[in-house]
Amino acid sequence: MIGWLTEPFSLLFMQKALIASVIVGVACSVLGCYVVLRSMAFLGDALAHAILPGLAVAYLVGANLLGGALVAGLVVAVGISYVTRTGSIREDTAIGIFFAGALALGVVLISTMHTYAVDLTHVLFGNVLGVTTTDLWITGGLAFLVLAAILVLYRQLLVVSFDPILARTLGLPAQALRTGLFLMLAVTIVIALQTVGVALVAAMLVTPPATAYLVTRRLPAMMAVSAAIGILSAVGGLYASYYLNIASGGAIVLVATAVFLIAFLFAPARGVAWRLVRRSSQA
Amino acid sequence: MTDLLELHGVSVAYGGRVALQEVSLRIPLGAQVAVVGPNGAGKSTLFKAMVGLLPLRSGEMLIHGRSVPEYSEPIAYVPQREEVDWRFPVTVFDVVAMGRFGRRGWLRRLSGEDRRAVLGSLEQLGIPDLAHRAIGELSGGQQQRVFLARALAQEPRVLLLDEPFTGVDAATREATLELLAGLRARSVTVLVSTHDLDLAAGRFDQVVLLNGRLVSAGKPDVVFTEANLHEAFGGQMVVVDGKVIVVDQCCGGHEGRAGGQAGDREQRSLR
Repeated sequence: MIGWLTEPFSLLFMQKALIASVIVGVACSVLGCYVVLRSMAFLGDALAHAILPGLAVAYLVGANLLGGALVAGLVVAVGISYVTRTGSIREDTAIGIFFAGALALGVVLISTMHTYAVDLTHVLFGNVLGVTTTDLWITGGLAFLVLAAILVLYRQLLVVSFDPILARTLGLPAQALRTGLFLMLAVTIVIALQTVGVALVAAMLVTPPATAYLVTRRLPAMMAVSAAIGILSAVGGLYASYYLNIASGGAIVLVATAVFLIAFLFAPARGVAWRLVRRSSQA
Repeated sequence: MTDLLELHGVSVAYGGRVALQEVSLRIPLGAQVAVVGPNGAGKSTLFKAMVGLLPLRSGEMLIHGRSVPEYSEPIAYVPQREEVDWRFPVTVFDVVAMGRFGRRGWLRRLSGEDRRAVLGSLEQLGIPDLAHRAIGELSGGQQQRVFLARALAQEPRVLLLDEPFTGVDAATREATLELLAGLRARSVTVLVSTHDLDLAAGRFDQVVLLNGRLVSAGKPDVVFTEANLHEAFGGQMVVVDGKVIVVDQCCGGHEGRAGGQAGDREQRSLR
């Protein structure tokens, strides 16, 4: 049994994959609490796709792909925040415009390439087994920045998310905080590309926090439980990937989804199963 | 001489139209003031402008002779309907503790003094046993008391309550009146908007009568004359046997909100 558990991680590339997946799992799961509570899931998905032109440009000029993705993500995040600042264009509309526009630009740029871009497919679907030591440092550094910002801005983000009127009477810079949250989201999505890829990153931002919401009643607890589920999904997904020989990104997301379904059915207060039991015992 | 809350020629626009025109007021600090007027008279607009939720189109507001934006001591505001996310994972204690952030800053841990202020506020509103309940589990009256407790925990010099007596249960109404009595002892200036003219006359030092502009302000018996009420309420007012009865055909939609409520009747006897 012990051997079964330790065997995968005797390999160096699996060790790096584990560290990267855990870092990304924690960053996504903690920031994802705000994504769930502020209904920003669509923005997360859109930002993930909107980085495509950044990847394409970086690939064409031979620059670092993550760097290109980061620049594109930050530009789109600031763009959406700026266009919606007065309220004359609604947030979901602006997201739709930027999302489709950036994706179209990415498609056009990629269509100009004559070679099959293997690196690009890695970014689309994740390639956690190919993480380099440099990637690990970048991922760890950016995740640390995001988590530190969430900690330092905890009260501001809490008040501005829960009670916008109190936030304004206390003089909080609501628009700057919102832009900051968008930027953190862009950074987190970029570091998640390596583990789960563009197509699945939204799941890592939404599924663990939504699961944690079902079993907690205060934000700090929700963040802690969400982070734990993020770690569990990363580790469980990598074991599944190793022993079942399946794609690691998909396996990580599937573990998170399974944990959500269990909580949805059996959460102590909010689980669907208990409600059914209570109803049938009353009848 | 500067121990006043002063408004000088304050005009406020709301959604493109001027909702309050040229309001000038002088309110002694520590006074309890009822703000009355028909729906759409600008009661909520006045409060929102005072806490900076709406910009002043013209005029200025002074506390202790200082302009309000640079005034450091807090003005607490409890809106008519809280626009908070009721599904947010916060407890009653968490919500009331938010009232301390303005004093404590955004980074420092809450001190023992802060905790005492939070628990004391919960006790004063009669809801200490709700401290660890999730905000979404409470009844409407309990929710309102939580936000009154938060305003109290802010230890404000000026407190603005928008329609705290509309659509609440008797226990919440009693708790709110007790809160006002307690604030009088601490000489906190309180402005309360209400449809209850008898309450305004009986429990408040001063009355401000609005109808898009200032109709009258001062002691209740000075403000509540037939002429003033007629000017403010117009056709909604009838005189029966020397009693003025104001029938406020409340639509609940005076500031762009849809849906209707049962009409509030405002009655006021004249002597």
